[in-house]
This record gives sequence, structure tokens and C-alpha cells, in this order.
Amino acid sequence: MKSDIELINSEGKRLDGRGPEDLRKIKIEAGVLHRADGSCSIEWGGNKILVAVYGPREAVPRHCQNPLRAIVQARYNMAAFSVEDRKRPGPDRRSVEISKVISEALEKVILTEQFPRATVDVNIEVLDAEAGTRCAGLTAAGVALVDAGIPLRDIPVACAAGKIGGRVVLDLGKEEDNFGDADLPIAISPRTGEVLLLQMDGHLTLDEFNQAYDLAVKGCQQVSEMQKKAITHKYQAIVAEVE
Amino acid sequence: MSTDGRQIVIPSQELGDTKTHKSGRGTFVERGKIYSERIGFLNIQGDMIHVVPITGRYDPTPGDFVIGIVEEASTSNWMVDINAPYPALLHVNEVPWEIDFGDTEKYLNKGDTILAKVLQVDESKKLQITLNDRNLFKIKGGHIIDVEASKVPRIIGKKGSMIALIKKYTRCRIFVGQNGRIWIDGDPEGIENALQAINKIQTEALSFGLTNRIEELLKKDAKDVR
Amino acid sequence: MTVVPAIKRDYITKLAEQGKRIDGRNFDHYRKIEIETGIVNKAEGSARVHIGNTQVLVGIKMDVGEPFPDSPNMGVLSTAAELVPLASPDFESGPPREDAIELARVVDRGVRESKVVEVEKLVITPGEKVWVLFIDIHILDYDGNLFDAASLGALAALSTTIVPAKRFELGEDYPLPMIEPPISCTAVKINNVVLFDPCYDEEVIADVRLTVATDYNGDIRAMQKGLNGSLTKEEIQKVIKGALDNGQEIRKKLMHSIGKKNV
Repeated sequence: MKSDIELINSEGKRLDGRGPEDLRKIKIEAGVLHRADGSCSIEWGGNKILVAVYGPREAVPRHCQNPLRAIVQARYNMAAFSVEDRKRPGPDRRSVEISKVISEALEKVILTEQFPRATVDVNIEVLDAEAGTRCAGLTAAGVALVDAGIPLRDIPVACAAGKIGGRVVLDLGKEEDNFGDADLPIAISPRTGEVLLLQMDGHLTLDEFNQAYDLAVKGCQQVSEMQKKAITHKYQAIVAEVE
Repeated sequence: MSTDGRQIVIPSQELGDTKTHKSGRGTFVERGKIYSERIGFLNIQGDMIHVVPITGRYDPTPGDFVIGIVEEASTSNWMVDINAPYPALLHVNEVPWEIDFGDTEKYLNKGDTILAKVLQVDESKKLQITLNDRNLFKIKGGHIIDVEASKVPRIIGKKGSMIALIKKYTRCRIFVGQNGRIWIDGDPEGIENALQAINKIQTEALSFGLTNRIEELLKKDAKDVR
Repeated sequence: MTVVPAIKRDYITKLAEQGKRIDGRNFDHYRKIEIETGIVNKAEGSARVHIGNTQVLVGIKMDVGEPFPDSPNMGVLSTAAELVPLASPDFESGPPREDAIELARVVDRGVRESKVVEVEKLVITPGEKVWVLFIDIHILDYDGNLFDAASLGALAALSTTIVPAKRFELGEDYPLPMIEPPISCTAVKINNVVLFDPCYDEEVIADVRLTVATDYNGDIRAMQKGLNGSLTKEEIQKVIKGALDNGQEIRKKLMHSIGKKNV
């Protein structure tokens, strides 16, 4: 069901003024919570998401434990007030699916063999939602994992590309997600380029898919630089404050 | 990024090559390259590359002195929280008392605090601790706080110099567990001043000239008390 | 659940008997309170409250619905609280348990019974269509005293809520009609000593907890006792006095923060 809005004009300008390859405004801060072992807050466009990591800690109940490695349990949850029509608190099917794909993505980069029988709990709370929450949540989770001192092969990062008005663009905003032609969120391990999360809905030709894939990966690399800045910023700030 | 003369590295940062170096603690190898797995200080000793973590939970090592809190008493052992990813097991054979079967609660109960030593860590990370040593015992009185395990070396200082400074000026008895748990006993002002000093060390752990600043703070607090 | 070491319990108790607290505060003093409003764009009203390290986010959503059959000429209020696992290593995921439910109901009564929100003004078509107001409390960082942080958050969020009339084609948007609110203050008792605004360490060893909400006239509007200890009449009077004093200060802070909203 499409609307009459022109999502992208002939000059490639989008509704919010962005060009086809521009990211929305992103702000990342590490170590924002006191009780959590590691935490991160992210603002990505209109998204406001808070992530807390607890662990590694013993997995309970015992039958959930893996005797050889840690299990990774990501829990993606949307606050009731985070969306236009209030959402009933508690996991719905969409949240359960997103939790699963994020857990699987993170499992690949966490050195789980170092913690048999343990669990790494990643809590992703969406406080204000505007398209692309799973990518923003996973990106913040990467920073929170570093903050918690969880050993990692790489810092996972995610970004989406899509198709609007027949054109492949980076980082869909709200209307673009609702009325566009395709949405392709991707998470990668930026060091190796390996894909950790991949979902797609809509309609893309093979050529368009390749374009969107490359664009999303490019977006991921840009966001990866921002994650690293946020992480090092926290420690530089401590030094600067004292000198 | 460099502080205190040491370089800070982050996960996935490339640190070296297996052709010339070996992978030490806090690092992993992929296709002949050595990478950091944590955010921490780069530490190269000879041809070994280590990363000393700045954050993260306590990683139990046999021989470590730890301060534990008893979680549960069972018939032949106790489960003890030592601030690690896993609880530690203290077996009745590893305490200096003769315990009749089922009498474990008479000696150590839920909430009791002990200064213990890590005995063993097996491949599945099952931890065992012991109290069988003249230096180990059940702790009474005083106050207990948790700090980040990674800050313990800074709180102890080179050859114990930092903790000795704190003990001197506050006149407190202090035990610093490798697991980031610290026990302090003394008069109320002394404990307060010791806590202040420890908090300052935690926040400023990465900076230069910390020892001097702590000494200044302790001197000032000691004067205020008199 | 994390086990509290007996040493810590004894130390806090001993300090209390000497007239002190572990963070150096006076018995009737609060930690630093920060209130920010207009935090969540999607919500009709929102506020984030810090009391010391405790952090709570409250969001207000509005919808159009049917009134309750026994109050056909009043809007509907509904309050929920989520003690999400993000906020503490001891919070588990799952449906709200008794702590979350008690918190929601206490905040709800504080808003409802004090008639802070003028629900008679939230009627669209009497007996058929009214505004439904959802207050959702989301705990973000738990270091004691969720009752006061959540109540304050709810009041700040409500005070800056804009009724989304335009979206429902009911005219222009307008501020939610409110009257000056009562402020809730919580104290705990540790070994016969009454302490206000308990931090986490104090809260977990406390015998009993009492929350008192007072209004600008100095009247009492709500009370809730929690935990399994008991209180004497004197102790209750002490809490009421502290609640009145602190309530005034906190009310000033709240009014100041509403005046400077982010919207």
C-alpha cells in the first residue's frame, strides 16, 4: 500500500533533506548506567535506545547451560510509549524474533568458549522508535559489550539500506520504511566483512540487491568508526578531566 | 590513545604478527595476525603480546586471595559469591574446622564474609576455594565494598605502595581481594577517608601523578579529623 | 538474587545508630534530583528522573476509548510499571511481578485519588467516547527509591503532556488539564532509625518502608507501607514530617522543570 508522497525527488533529495547515501544523525555514548556491567545509549535519527549487558554470569536454570560455551541472550523490548500507538508491555512476536536474530549475530563475535555454562545477557530497550531500531539496538549492544569487558572477535555493527521511489538508498527513515519498496537491515563484523544479521522484505532485482548490500555495508563501516570513537572517548575523558 | 605511558587498545585492533610475536592474555589469533579481544592496556613482554583489561568481571586464578560472601550452605560444602561469573565451591575439607555432617551452617552461614584463596579452576570453569591457611579466615566487623576487578592493581599500587599509603593515613586495617572486593576496618572517619581515597583511585585510575594526588587527599583528610 | 553481606548490613546499621549514612547524607535528605521533560518524541508526554543513581523514564500515551461503565463522564487512567532487566542484575524478564504491580498501583492512586489529572475534562462524548491516558513507568537504573522517582516522573510527564486531539480529528492539540500535584516521599526504617530516600544498599536491608504523599496545603493524600517490619505511631509521624518538608522542596523542583520543558 503506497502513499502519494514523493519519498525521493529527481535530484535525489529525501523527505528529511538527506541524499541517497546519507545516514541520519547518530550519537553514541558508552557506560551510561550504574548497575549494568556494560551499557550504551544511542540516538539514531528519531530512535532512542538504551542497552545494558550483564555477564558473563552463570546461566540459570541449569538445563539452559551449554557445558562448552556461554549462551548469548539478547532481549529486544519496546517501551509502551516508544511508538505512535501505545504498545502493550511485554514481548510480542516481533520482539521475540528480533531478539533471536540479534542473539545469533552477537554469538558469532563473542568469544563464548571462554565462559562455559555462563550467559551473556544483552538488554535492548527501545525508548523512542523511528525505523531501524534493530540496527541501532545491535550497534549499541556492540559498544555495551566492549564496555562490559566481554571478550570479542570484533565489535558488531548494523545498518540498513532500502529502496524508495525506485532508488536504492541508505538508512531508511520512518515514512521510507512504511511506504518504500524494500528494506534490508544488515549487521557485519567490520574487521572481516562477515555478515552476522541479514533480513530483507520488499522487492529488489538482483542488481538492486547488490547495490543495497554494498551501500548497507558502507553505512556499517561509517557507523563502526562512530562506535570506536564513543568507546575511546569514555577513557580519554577520564584522563583529560584530571590533567 | 595513550595514558599513563601505556597504550589503550580496543577489541579487533591488530597488535602484531605471529611471525614475530606470540599471542598472550587478552589476545586472539586469526590468519597469522594477533588481535585484541578486550579494551585494555597493551603490554608487550619480549615476544609476547598481552592486553591487560580495563573493564570486565573478575577472572579467577588459582592462588588469588579473594573476599567471598557465602550464598548457600549445603551438607558438605558452601557456595560462595566471589564476584566472578561463577560461584565458588568451598568444601568442608578445605576449612580449618572439624565439621560434623550437616553442621555446615554452624560455621558459615548465608551472608558471612570470608578471606579465602582460589584453589582450582577446571576446564568448565568450576571454581574451588579454600580457607585452609593461617592467613585465611572469616571476616568480622568493618565495612565491605566492591570495586572493578581491573582497578585492583592500581589500588594496591607498585609493591603495595598505594594501599600502604591509605592504611598509614587512615589507620585502618584493609584487605584488598583480587576479585575487586575490599574490606576496611577502623574508626568511622578513617573508614570514610579510606573510601574517598579508593573512589578517587577508581575514577582517576588511568591518569598520571595519581599517587601524589591521593597522598594530598589523605593528608588533608587526616588533618581535618584531628 | 544478590546476597547482602552481613558485614555491610551491620555497618549501615551501626552508622545509623551513630547518626550517619554510608553516603554521608543526613537522615532526612534526598540525593541529587534531576528532572528532564520532553524526552520521548513518540509519547504525548515524557519525563526522565534521576534521584542519585536511580533513573526512571515515564511516558504518557493517549488514545480514544470507552469510559468505564461506572464512570461514564470521566476519562480513563491506566498505570503500568516495567522493572526491566536492563535496570538491575536482579530484575528478571517476564510478566510484572508483585513489586512492579505494587509500584504501578501506588503511582496510579497518587495520580487518580489526588485528582491531579482533571478526568472530567477528558470526556469527548459522555457515556460513549473519552480520552484514555496510559502512564508507563520504565525503570532504567535501580539504586533504591523507585516509588519517589516513578511518582515524580509521572507527575513531570503528565504536566508536560499535550493531548493529541489533531491526530484523532477532535480539534487542536492542547495541554493536559492538571492541578497542582501532591508529592510522594519515601523513607525506610533500619533498626529503629528512619532514613529518607534510601539508596539500594539501605533499601535491601530495611525492615519497613513508608511512602507518604502530601499536597501544597500540607495535607496527606496517600500512604503506603511496604516490607514485613512494623512501625510505631511516632515513627509514622516522623515520616509524615519529613515528607512534608521534602515534599515542598521537591515540588519547587518539579514546577521549575516543567517551566523549562524540552518541547
